[in-house]
Amino acid sequence: MANYSTNEFKAGLKVMLDGEPCNILENEYVKPGKGQAFNRVKIRKLISGKVLEKTFRSGESVEGADVMDTELSYLYTDGEFWHFMNNETFEQIAADEKALGDSIKWLVENDTCTITLWNGSPIVVTPPNFVELEITETDPGLKGDTAGTGGKPATLSTGAVVRVPLFVQTGEVIRVDTRSGEYASRAQK
Amino acid sequence: MEVETPSLSQHSVTDVNLSAFKTEFVSPISPDRKSLFLQTSPEYAMKRLLCAGSGCIFQLAKAFRNEEAGRFHNPEFTMLEWYRIGFDHLQLIDEIDELLQSILNCTPLTKNSYQELFIQHCDFDPLVASLEDLQQVASDFGFAQLAENETSRDLLLQLLFSHVIEPKIGLDKPIAVTAFPASQAALARLDPKDKRVSERFEIYYQGIELANGFHELNDIDEQYSRFTRENAERQASAKDPVTLDPYFLSALHHGLPDCAGVALGVDRLVMLAIGADSLSETMAFDVQRA
Repeated sequence: MANYSTNEFKAGLKVMLDGEPCNILENEYVKPGKGQAFNRVKIRKLISGKVLEKTFRSGESVEGADVMDTELSYLYTDGEFWHFMNNETFEQIAADEKALGDSIKWLVENDTCTITLWNGSPIVVTPPNFVELEITETDPGLKGDTAGTGGKPATLSTGAVVRVPLFVQTGEVIRVDTRSGEYASRAQK
Repeated sequence: MEVETPSLSQHSVTDVNLSAFKTEFVSPISPDRKSLFLQTSPEYAMKRLLCAGSGCIFQLAKAFRNEEAGRFHNPEFTMLEWYRIGFDHLQLIDEIDELLQSILNCTPLTKNSYQELFIQHCDFDPLVASLEDLQQVASDFGFAQLAENETSRDLLLQLLFSHVIEPKIGLDKPIAVTAFPASQAALARLDPKDKRVSERFEIYYQGIELANGFHELNDIDEQYSRFTRENAERQASAKDPVTLDPYFLSALHHGLPDCAGVALGVDRLVMLAIGADSLSETMAFDVQRA
């Protein structure tokens, strides 16, 4: 991979730090009138997900990371791996539990997920922003309730638990925002 | 007296951390092409006027610094620079204090030495700490990857100052940081009572470096050896050495009167006065749109 100098650092650039691929979020230039210039960089470690700040001498360079995002459909899991397919080439890729992380509870068959590949291997699976899932269990709510109040917990078919309004019942399909893990609406019939 | 000096000069500065814009002058009456540099500050030219007997002078000037851009940097910016004959740096700080109070409606500034601030915020004495001590402290503050192989004490001090100390000082009222280490004296005199430090100061307010000033060095031999040392540092870090400005040196040889001088970033002052978040908000067109 090419090396990148601090003046090439910009949001979205993927570089290697501490042996881990990282995504650059922000790059701030810090320089006293008399003295060394620095670049204070905010990064997200792609495997651990940790966000941290690193400071470089301006002009220093860092090795780029071979990281790319690809859009794949979720097929199925065999318990050990989760299998995804490229709908154009029909090429399949298997991701392990570490790459899935919390995304496991938002996987719906045939949904298009973003798979982040590092040196060709999946390291992060990002579900669509909204998924539709069936409620498998929730307390019967009170009649007449519309929205507001605190709602109630509902278990979904994937095992995820979200808070839903009281009027939503077991067996219904709801739309959930996977970024916040919050109920968005009932699914369109 | 207000003065105006050239933006373009045949000579530039030796400071390792400053990069001047260079251009080429094509003369209509001479076949020789000449390199010209945009000034990084009007300091040398103004000192030549002081040496020629101008008395106290000030100038609002454009200054230009290559390789600098960001929230608080623009490669072209406005500087207010002035010199007071017979003042030392402490008297000049008092005058800056008055200016800041009248423009920013702030309370009087506080003064702390460079050493005091390091002891207070980083728990070590910057004047005696060894390179190994500094590497350790920098690692403890989370800069291990930078500190491990760094062999410059001053770079590590600047790292800690700009990342650890600067965000914590001058928040409620401006602060004058005095007695910078002799190794960071720039064009200031060394303190005759303690040669480890210089009579250089910086003013900070709300996380912004506003001004840098000196009780001006007027010893030509000392000045010449600093220039030579800086040029050696430039070569060590693979930068082109700078031809020393013979006009400036000859003026110093003639004699610079005892004086103190300061350069204040006007765009940054305006930024603070109007409560803006970045320099670009104070400019009609910053470099991205110039």
